[in-house]
Amino acid sequence: MSELGAALAQAWALVNRLDSGLLGIVALSLEVSLTAVFIAAAVGLPLGALIAVGRFRGRDALIVVLNALMGLPPVVVGLVVYLLLSRAGPLGTLGILFTPAAMVVAQAVLVTPIIAALSRQTLEDAWREYEKQLRSLGASRFTAALTLLWDTRFALVTVVLAGFGRAAAEVGAVMIVGGNIDGVTRVMTTAIALETSKGDLPLALGLGIVLVSLVIAVNAAAQVIKTSAQRRYG
Amino acid sequence: MLPLVLDRVSFAVQGRTIIDSVSCEIRAGERTVILGPNGAGKSVLMRLCHGLLAPTSGRVEWRGSGKNRRQAMVFQRPVMLRRSALENITYGLKLAGASRQERELRAHDVLEAVGLAHVAHHPARVLSGGEQQKLALARAWALGPEVLFLDEPTANLDPRATRDLESIVGHICASGTKIIMTTHSLGQARRLGDEILFVSGGRLVERAAVDLFFIKPASAEAAAFIRGELPWS
Amino acid sequence: MLSLLAYAACAASPAYAQKFITVASTTSTEQSGLFKHLLPIFEKRSGIQVRVVALGTGQALDLARRGDADVVFVHARSAEERFVAEGHGVKRVPVMYNDFVLIGPEHDPAKIGGTRDIAEALRKIKAASAPFVSRGDRSGTHLAEIALWKAAGIDIAKEKGRWYRDTGQGMGPALNTASSLAAYILADRGTWLSFNNRGALAVLVERDKRLFNQYGVILVNPQKHPHVKRYAAQSFIDWIVSPEGQKAIAAYAIGGEQLFYPNADQPDA
Repeated sequence: MSELGAALAQAWALVNRLDSGLLGIVALSLEVSLTAVFIAAAVGLPLGALIAVGRFRGRDALIVVLNALMGLPPVVVGLVVYLLLSRAGPLGTLGILFTPAAMVVAQAVLVTPIIAALSRQTLEDAWREYEKQLRSLGASRFTAALTLLWDTRFALVTVVLAGFGRAAAEVGAVMIVGGNIDGVTRVMTTAIALETSKGDLPLALGLGIVLVSLVIAVNAAAQVIKTSAQRRYG
Repeated sequence: MLPLVLDRVSFAVQGRTIIDSVSCEIRAGERTVILGPNGAGKSVLMRLCHGLLAPTSGRVEWRGSGKNRRQAMVFQRPVMLRRSALENITYGLKLAGASRQERELRAHDVLEAVGLAHVAHHPARVLSGGEQQKLALARAWALGPEVLFLDEPTANLDPRATRDLESIVGHICASGTKIIMTTHSLGQARRLGDEILFVSGGRLVERAAVDLFFIKPASAEAAAFIRGELPWS
Repeated sequence: MLSLLAYAACAASPAYAQKFITVASTTSTEQSGLFKHLLPIFEKRSGIQVRVVALGTGQALDLARRGDADVVFVHARSAEERFVAEGHGVKRVPVMYNDFVLIGPEHDPAKIGGTRDIAEALRKIKAASAPFVSRGDRSGTHLAEIALWKAAGIDIAKEKGRWYRDTGQGMGPALNTASSLAAYILADRGTWLSFNNRGALAVLVERDKRLFNQYGVILVNPQKHPHVKRYAAQSFIDWIVSPEGQKAIAAYAIGGEQLFYPNADQPDA
């Protein structure tokens, strides 16, 4: 218990003096995870929509695979992306290993299946409701997919937030492809891992409290936007 | 597009026959009401005509040569998008290829005609059930279809809303659209129909002009239905 | 996937590039705080940013074998020499050494306090079956520990008993474990000096020559890996063995105690 108290004190002290190191780490964490989620949504939402309204052979198998990929271990994703981006690997010439770009790539790979699988479910439920009317009006499957994406946008905000939560919380992928380089690729989760391995548990916990507060703040902001928009559109 | 010809159309799902070899020809002009008890297959028959379902055997053919190739359908429960009433109508018009100006004009016109102009910019989903169904009707009407299918459109509405809706259907018919409607209400069939197609157990049992059907039904099933008895199968 | 690659390509564009080199080193070196002290001095002088990826010794060398680093800076001489012999490195240059210390509970059940002989101390610990925490993670420190048991005539893999705790942890967590178990543990002085959770632990054996831990620095071979930033990397190596660099190493202290002893002037170190 006393360690928890020490951690709270640490967290407060860090935030209070606006530790520049901490600010840099927080900014990088947000930049990496938000960019990754943005890319994952750009790929995952259309993918989920097309699978939801589509009818093709192997659809059921694809859904099973997509759902299973939600459980991809971050450290495995990190390893695979590392092998791809390594100089000895196929994409080595891009030279982005151990930079924030590599971390964005790894997190985008991790989060895309989550957004695709969850949006697929949401959109399939909506399609069941809308299908006959949209087809009666003459909408192609493609147009219907776009219409559904916009119509279920409030539920999809929650899906995207789930993706963000996963990205912001993971350490396995960014540790391997980023290298936890001081001042360059150190984010909140890797900093916590570092302090833990150094044995400085109060500081690690303090950073943890800051991280959780950050994620709560992002979720709160999204909720405010959602509620006000829902009031307008019903 | 009319006449619509059904040639021994059947529809079965997982071995169960829902529509059993229905043949008929539906011409322009009169208001066709498909009447029958619940579970007779009226909705499925409508969807087969509209093209939402494909028959498992037989053919659905539009043998007309007219220029208007448009159909529209209104369902028992209105399906509205999460946007304003006006935008729900312009959505359908956009799919039909109308220009932005045409869409706005037409949408405002139909909203006016059905008495919903005052809620044009309200979110469609917060409208009452009756208002949403009127909106669905307006959306279909805006497309200027040659044929309008209505699947039990007032089944969920109170008498006042039902009356309003029936009045609008009358206007639509007067503007030249062919009405094909299903109902299980004897009163509504009498009020709105010019001819009755009586469907029971997936079969087209009887077809007659409305007055003749109600005064002297030719089939025993129709007679029982009019008397309010349940079918015995 | 297309958008991902597009993003990656943008990120790799020249606008992103600042002059930097990648150094593969070990976690214990980074955690000692040496780099935070040393690198700003070099960066100010040369304008080259040094990015340290800290891993276990074996991982660091493997990383360099794949060409993902420009310089290797670790403390495992035979592994380093093998690395050069394989053609992955140009030349191994000694830089500095730090030392390990044998830490234990103040009440010292094995009675080794004050011994200068590490082998003797380890024999006493085994004889007393006193609790001993090992990192067990094949790190440089772990390998050094095994070598010291061997020097004491003990094949620890075969002869360990329940008193020997193989934890598979990094140095910090292992020290935490030792503290809570009041056990003996071999640690590098750097991590010990920054360790806050000492409990009843203290340094019991130190300064035996066999406890010295030699560091070497190697330029990754540009012939095998053409993209290596050879000039920037070489200037880092040149600096770190220069009088100025060596002085900077010696100047690093925790609580007034020097951690690393520069010895680039001993070519066969």
